[in-house]
Amino acid sequence: MATDATGYIKHHLTNLTYGELPAGYERLDENGKVVEELTEATWTLAHSGQEAVDMGFWAFNVDSLAWSIGLAIVLMFIFGRAAKKATTGVPTGMQNFVEVIIGFIDNTVKETFHGKNPIVAPLALTVFTWVFMMNLMDLIPVDIIPKLFELSWVAAGGDAHQAYMKIVPSTDPNITAGLAISVFALMIFYGIKVKGIGGFMAELTLHPFNVKNPVVQALFIPVNFALEVLGLIAKPISLALRLFGNMYAGEMIFILIALMFSTGMALGLFAGVLQWAWAVFHILVITLQAFIFMMLTIVYLGMAHEDH
Amino acid sequence: MNINLTLIGQIIAFAVFVAFCMKFVWPPLTNAMAERAKKIADGLDAANRAERDLELAQQKAGEKLRESKVKAAEIIEQANKRANQIIDEAKEAAREEGARLAAAAQAEIEQEVNRAKEGLRQQVSALAVAGASKILAKSVDQSVHNELLDQLANEL
Repeated sequence: MATDATGYIKHHLTNLTYGELPAGYERLDENGKVVEELTEATWTLAHSGQEAVDMGFWAFNVDSLAWSIGLAIVLMFIFGRAAKKATTGVPTGMQNFVEVIIGFIDNTVKETFHGKNPIVAPLALTVFTWVFMMNLMDLIPVDIIPKLFELSWVAAGGDAHQAYMKIVPSTDPNITAGLAISVFALMIFYGIKVKGIGGFMAELTLHPFNVKNPVVQALFIPVNFALEVLGLIAKPISLALRLFGNMYAGEMIFILIALMFSTGMALGLFAGVLQWAWAVFHILVITLQAFIFMMLTIVYLGMAHEDH
Repeated sequence: MNINLTLIGQIIAFAVFVAFCMKFVWPPLTNAMAERAKKIADGLDAANRAERDLELAQQKAGEKLRESKVKAAEIIEQANKRANQIIDEAKEAAREEGARLAAAAQAEIEQEVNRAKEGLRQQVSALAVAGASKILAKSVDQSVHNELLDQLANEL
């Protein structure tokens, strides 16, 4: 357990970051004392949140990426096995389970997306299952895996204060933004592919103000453009921030509840009840957020395919 | 909470995952599901058809049964008729045979009677001749009077 509440929370909210520190950088220990000064730019694991910030863009959140890719591999393994064993006979076990998910997503896509694009359904499947799995990590009690990681870190000769481990990838804005930007890129790509570059630009400039008179219309074009571009940009940002915000807040509450465990018997018991209640409620949140992310992905791609 | 290369890593992982699903997961599973749906529909269809066939077969069987019942009744009736006929014929034959036997017996009896009469007549004539010869003794030539005696015997 970290020394105080602030330290505990901070520790839980810091990613394990691997990146480049510039030459002449002064590395500090947890008391703010200079431990070493780097003579040249070095790729290393950040020893503190401040170091992670100072690494700038050229750094990886190792924990987020590892959990995210690890979960993706688990899902790919399950899906791949089900697909390989797919029979037209009576489905059993995992195949049954995967087929239920695929059936559900197939229905949702067919109801919402009216264009013809073979990427949309697999994309929705990926988004839904992956986001769900990443969110699901939130239900593992916040201290279990970080503590195990810290123990093995110390066993390997590391400093316990530097053993950062954030196991819920969707509480990392990089992860959610990565998904949202990918969806955004697909929106733009298919928007231009379906409507042509002219149609795409027309959509950005001729709405929402549309008048018959060409002179007046020309005056409106900049206004329309500003509004539409804003609306377009808002889509991936809201997509990324909605998921991130929900999961971050959820995890924050888990951490705060976990703090109560160390404050005595009565509060600890109360915290247990709270933990349970919040986890139950969170089952709804994680499923809902995964569903919303998938739904909006389908809807946005559907809009990109609609020709006015 | 810094935006860094993780973003790019996630985009690449996402692309790989989507490509994987698009290539190896979605098509085989949806195909299998569609095929199964078709199979089930076919099965239901076949069941319907079989039910209809069964009904038809039952109808046909009923018809055949009725037909064969009628035929059986016909055959029985015919057989009865034939039996009656045979009985009648047999009765007729028996009657005829009886009559024939009776006639034959009658004829035999008559023959017997005649034969007995003949025998008697001859014996009487012999007796008469014997009696006459005894009466006439030597005076009567038996051979001359034989004709006369035969006449007498015949008249008896």
